[in-house]
Amino acid sequence: MSKPDYLLFDRNTKAIFWNLNRNAIQRMLDYDYVIGRDPSIVAIVAPTQSRKFDKFFYGTQEIMIPIYKSTTEAAKDFPEADVLLNFASFRTAYDVTMEALDIPTIRTIAITAEGIPERFARTMRIRAKELGKWLIGPATVGGIAPGAFRIANTGGTIENIIKSKLHRPGSVGLVTRSGGLFNELSNVIARNANGIAEGIAIGGDRYPGTDFLDHMLRYEKNPQVKFMVLLGEVGGTLELRVAEAIKDGRITKPVIAWCIGTISKHFGGEVQFGHAGAKAGAEAETADAKNAALREAGALVPQSFNDLPELIRGVYEELHAKGEIPEIQEPEVPPIPEDYAKAVKAGKVRKPTNFICTISDDRGEEATYCGVPISTVVEKNYSIADVIGLLWFKKKFPEWASNFIDMVIKVVADHGPAVSGAHNTKVTARAGKDLMSSIVTGILTIGPRFGGAIDGAAKYFKMAKEKGMDPVEFVDYMKKVEKIPIPGIGHRIKSTKNPDKRVELLKKYAKENFPSTELLDYALEVEKVTTSKKENLILNVDGTIGVLLVDMFRALGYKDEEIDELINAGAFNAFFVLGRTIGFIGHYLDEKRLDMPLYRHPTDDILYDVKCDVE
Amino acid sequence: MAQRGIREYDGKRILAQNWQDYFGNDFEYDFKSILITPETDLDKIPEEYPWVKETPLVAKPDMLFGKRGKLGLIFFKKEKPGDVTWEDAKEWIKQKMSEEVEINGVKGRLTHFLVEPFVPHKPEEEYYVAITTDEDEDVIYMSAFGGIEVEENWDKVVEVRIPITASDEEIKKIIKENVPAEIKDKEKFADFVYRLYKLFRDLHFAYLEINPLVMVGNKVYPLDFVGRVDDTAQFVAGRKWGELEFPAGFGRDLTPEEKYIKEMDEKSGASLKLTILNPEGRVWTLVAGGGASVVYADTVADLGYVKELANYGEYSGNPSRTETREYVKTVFDLMTRNKHPEGDKILIIGGAIANFTDVAKTFDGIIDAMKEYADKLKDVGVKIYVRRGGPNYEIGLKRIKEAAEELGLPIEVYGPETHMTEIVRKALKEGQEAA
Repeated sequence: MSKPDYLLFDRNTKAIFWNLNRNAIQRMLDYDYVIGRDPSIVAIVAPTQSRKFDKFFYGTQEIMIPIYKSTTEAAKDFPEADVLLNFASFRTAYDVTMEALDIPTIRTIAITAEGIPERFARTMRIRAKELGKWLIGPATVGGIAPGAFRIANTGGTIENIIKSKLHRPGSVGLVTRSGGLFNELSNVIARNANGIAEGIAIGGDRYPGTDFLDHMLRYEKNPQVKFMVLLGEVGGTLELRVAEAIKDGRITKPVIAWCIGTISKHFGGEVQFGHAGAKAGAEAETADAKNAALREAGALVPQSFNDLPELIRGVYEELHAKGEIPEIQEPEVPPIPEDYAKAVKAGKVRKPTNFICTISDDRGEEATYCGVPISTVVEKNYSIADVIGLLWFKKKFPEWASNFIDMVIKVVADHGPAVSGAHNTKVTARAGKDLMSSIVTGILTIGPRFGGAIDGAAKYFKMAKEKGMDPVEFVDYMKKVEKIPIPGIGHRIKSTKNPDKRVELLKKYAKENFPSTELLDYALEVEKVTTSKKENLILNVDGTIGVLLVDMFRALGYKDEEIDELINAGAFNAFFVLGRTIGFIGHYLDEKRLDMPLYRHPTDDILYDVKCDVE
Repeated sequence: MAQRGIREYDGKRILAQNWQDYFGNDFEYDFKSILITPETDLDKIPEEYPWVKETPLVAKPDMLFGKRGKLGLIFFKKEKPGDVTWEDAKEWIKQKMSEEVEINGVKGRLTHFLVEPFVPHKPEEEYYVAITTDEDEDVIYMSAFGGIEVEENWDKVVEVRIPITASDEEIKKIIKENVPAEIKDKEKFADFVYRLYKLFRDLHFAYLEINPLVMVGNKVYPLDFVGRVDDTAQFVAGRKWGELEFPAGFGRDLTPEEKYIKEMDEKSGASLKLTILNPEGRVWTLVAGGGASVVYADTVADLGYVKELANYGEYSGNPSRTETREYVKTVFDLMTRNKHPEGDKILIIGGAIANFTDVAKTFDGIIDAMKEYADKLKDVGVKIYVRRGGPNYEIGLKRIKEAAEELGLPIEVYGPETHMTEIVRKALKEGQEAA
């Protein structure tokens, strides 16, 4: 770092930013881009962040900035960074500063937090002085070296920065207490002179880390600074130190100075005007006394804040006429690309979407299921079946349909531990696997032979009915053309003599509540044919559900092709998947409760017949 | 705010509550203090504090102001010191609460009193100790000549400066070497001051004074206590402070409007401040920003209108539209209560160039309030001057101008091309010439 001592920042200055304050960091990078320098932030410190980096824009490009857990670690990787921007809260800012002061590569620390206890502020200050380091703040927006480096939010928006000529160096050294008036003064100086060469807002607290004089002594040495503007405040004696320095010749460049808070003399000590540090404890600390002392020392002091612009203009024009202040070539300024979100809001851009969603929306105050807010779903006592209706079929089912779906879910929820899906779940759980893995083995078992008969029954019975096959013809067709048993027909033990109670209930409900049971009636005709051959070739529970779902959707106004689409998409099977998952979860939890060991299938239950052609 | 005065009662309570940690068993402090407020049921005191019936008492107001002895506001004798009973103290407090008094030129009522046992002692037993802060050092004042005459005896006060980074050993040494010659038990006194200083530091006091301090053997009697703490240290020292109230100065009771804004400020992330200077004043301000608000007040005074300055206040930190509206309505309500005998009132809506406060948004809040108060503002007669810069200022200025014109309120509007305080000059000079 070969910059002279009187400069805290130049175009190569690199900084570590403490706290993942995305807006402030992005504003700094925008500034870097506008003035045509490299990104000034090399690392972010955020102890509570689990991420290793964050992305920011530099112009239109995205860059990655690493995130560290501590300043020490960040400084180790980036020894070239000599500035720490301490954006920690008032609770942690002190600890962050004290850590950074002990890091040899860090020379300047800016502290933004307001409300740091005075004892902490004094301790930071004295420690920094002992080490010859620079503290800016606390309670400040920071400062700016135009054309070189901007501390965080100093100068406000990019538009204002350019209007106030903070994007390239001028000839004035500025020191203020507050950040708000810092902006104002930059603007005044840009309008009445050629802008500032460097500006620091020392902060509004009683004990700033560095004060006006510290920075003005730097400006005195900086050949770029031709004159200085000091905006002081009632309270404290920091301005008097500047008066002393003018008197004893440590400051020789012209100084224009004004202390605000002349009002306070009219109200004694009763009214707190402005900042925490802004309270005169003694006569010498009043704005009037300090203005008088500065005037007497040789500073140019206006009669009122209102006369400040004229005074600045006067000094500038005089120095300009003498040739001490050269003309400035205004640099080209690249535009900052507009943020996409902002441009969208302003209706300036559009882009095609990649995904479409027609069932739910989480963008408003409350997420909705097919337009119905979740709170309504609860308040209006929607059943699980109603929610299925909204999210699967985008419909509010009539009560008869909701009740039917409810029955379906209940009926298919479980069928004991021996069926293949439940068995797989149990075996996986016993292998020590988690909930997701275990139930997934069960769900993956669902298919044409296990649980898949709902789809199949619906498909074939519907097809037969539509083609006008009579039941005998259909049974024949399945045997000769499709060459498969009819899905939904047949049961291991149940028969015409020993009917399946579940089926009886479903049929009874449909007969009583469905507007029409056309396909069920057809399937029952088919059952008559099949049971005449063999007693247990009954319409089973899968078959009943399959054909009744077709009847249900028909009654809800679905066309035949639409119902085919649903079947092909797996929507019918979905009822089984959903219902049976309840059972799988039950079996998984049961295994965990029992804490059974790994299952190994007994060898005597396996026929070994290993004959291979291997030599 | 940072340094806040605390009641004598709270000072002593803090001392007592932290006594074990700082003074252990090497010193004894028998904390017996009662804070009496207008809400206190005086008849229940003897039940709660039976000792009031057993010992002579002292009663005094506890409202941050000093020199109570000289003001005749320390009640410790009827005929001779130490003959004040609970009944006497009760009557005295009731009496004092009912009358208006003037303290240092400020009129007001006494509301808070401290009642303690009377401690008989000789004047030569009254020591003095005070601790305050300076930039890089803390300063301890010690004297063997305490009591109400301490200022007259200031040449006998020893001042020692302790660097804030000094180690415990260094602190002990500095204090020990500087104990005033007239103190009887120097070692004991030095030890006490050292411990008191440690408490001062750890508990983030900004000022602490015990005068008089009476020490009898191991027994410590802090007969008066004045303290200020750094309220920003709440997160560090709050537990040791216990429940601590920061009362306003005597006679500086907030008006309901000021109180309303203060409460809003406490709840908000933004900053909202309001002080009524002269409700009859002609010049009212609505200024954004802590620094800018001072500059506007200065300028009004510079131009000779300080007597007409009605309020001081500021809003900043990006307040919401609602917060701005409520703030502005409060000011409008105050300024439309009566007409000014010399003509239209002047409303300065000012501010510097905002960093990130959305000017259009805050102005929308002002416009909302303007609409609600349009009739009243017209009745009283108000001329509005606006100057502001920052994000969306063009939109904000345009909207406020249109809104005011639509409502029939005279308005002049300026942006950052006009110097911040120029509107004050326009309002007070040009405006008055034209009228």
